[in-house]
Amino acid sequence: MTSLPQTTEKKLGLVIDLDTCVGCHACVVSCKEWNTSNYGAPLSDIDAYGAEPHGTFLNRVHSFEAQPESGCSQTVHFPKSCLHCEDAPCVTVCPTGASYKREEDGIVLVNEDDCMGCGLCAWSCPYGARELDEIFGVMKKCTLCVDRIYNDNIPEEDRVPSCVRTCPSNARHFGDLGDPESDVSKLVAAREGFDLMPELGTKPVNKYLPPRLKDQPSKAELTPQHTDAKGLFAWLDKALEKL
Amino acid sequence: MHPAPSVIAFTTLSGLGFGLLAFLGLGLPPVTGWVSFVFFFLGYALAVGGLLASVAHLANPKNAIKAFSQWRSSWLSREGIAAVAALSVMAVFAIALIFFDIRLRLVGLLGALLCLTTVFTTSMIYTQLKTVPRWNMWTTPPVFMLHCLGGGALLAGQPRLAAILLALLGALMVWAWIEGDEKGRAGSTMETATGLGRIGKVRLLEPPHSGENYLLKEMAYQVGRKHAVKLRVLALALGIVVPVLLMLFLPVTHFTAFVAIIAHLVGIFAGRWLFFAEAEHVQALYYGR
Repeated sequence: MTSLPQTTEKKLGLVIDLDTCVGCHACVVSCKEWNTSNYGAPLSDIDAYGAEPHGTFLNRVHSFEAQPESGCSQTVHFPKSCLHCEDAPCVTVCPTGASYKREEDGIVLVNEDDCMGCGLCAWSCPYGARELDEIFGVMKKCTLCVDRIYNDNIPEEDRVPSCVRTCPSNARHFGDLGDPESDVSKLVAAREGFDLMPELGTKPVNKYLPPRLKDQPSKAELTPQHTDAKGLFAWLDKALEKL
Repeated sequence: MHPAPSVIAFTTLSGLGFGLLAFLGLGLPPVTGWVSFVFFFLGYALAVGGLLASVAHLANPKNAIKAFSQWRSSWLSREGIAAVAALSVMAVFAIALIFFDIRLRLVGLLGALLCLTTVFTTSMIYTQLKTVPRWNMWTTPPVFMLHCLGGGALLAGQPRLAAILLALLGALMVWAWIEGDEKGRAGSTMETATGLGRIGKVRLLEPPHSGENYLLKEMAYQVGRKHAVKLRVLALALGIVVPVLLMLFLPVTHFTAFVAIIAHLVGIFAGRWLFFAEAEHVQALYYGR
């Protein structure tokens, strides 16, 4: 049934640090690479080498500019993928039972054997986290790399989502946000992590850490130097003034 | 939102079909035999034709049968079940009436209720979406229901009733447009979407990809809003005013009824197209649209 579980044992999710993300899109590429060859149907590309390339991605990086009332604007690179919401509207709208939230760890998944490709779950998601694959006709979304994080066949350091493993600026963190003692929960508490569009009541598990505010440029003015030149420089100064 | 022709055809045609079937179930008009066959055929053709058009909207229709399973949580699933129940119950009523000249009143009444339930569940698929504030309003279910009842009354040859229902529908459509315009995106902004409102005003510097994608095609459709006023006038004039005037002030003949129905159909196609095209989805905020 596509009813949501009352509670989940864990709340696995991501914490994304908007202060350190450099917008390199490495997480986008590694996500596509891992997920096109593992869980479910591949992530298809259409017209990949043509004039209008497009395709399915589970993670995308937007870049925004925030303009404070005074001072310089701030460029913020903004990775966005499924937030594995506690109150996930994409699960309850699903008519076939394909969309579900796992009781054990809170991961929201699509069982592609049941999906009929109606797209209603993508409509119900405020974040644009679900994309219908044009070739395979099933809904694709972030699986939190469910096929990595519990995988005994890969080295322990690789048992995190592909995007987290690959991020060169350490802007992505993975853990149990339901456990207040976990590293990710402490990070969220220390840095005042926030929810995206909290007004829609989806209670996202993934959190974002705000960018630190920029320093103001120094107000000190340049002072004129060598006003008391003598000899050759005094003569040069005068001569140049007269030109 | 992308106005997919299959979904527009589905919601309008099946709405009309279920409206006509509901009236037939209530014994309006009190036809029997082969005349009733023609009415039922029209009702079923519209309702089933609409449902088939909705299947064309699916990217993976082989799993469509599974859509009957999640009625506890999903309005789309409830719609599927209600539609099958309505069509089955009405079939019993229709067969008894056409071939045996027996009017099973209770069956007809139940069938009519199920027809209206089906249209209500259709409307709730849209109403439930908080992500599309223009649909997430109290007006959406009554607009769908009045579309169904008003159009059904026209098809069932009930001029007075049709005029009253369509006038109500027109008033409610205007109300929904005004309220929808005021509501906008219901408080969601690029600042709440990104959480960067704490710094200041937010604008998109670079989109995440240079081309189109599913999200932009499906949920950031922008053509309709440009023609919103024209389409509203068209929807009101053809969908409501023309049929109401024809039904109230001209003698009801097959010809006037035909003109009224065609005008109504074109009008509601325009209105329903706009219902999708001018509905803004909050996720488009991430693309600065």
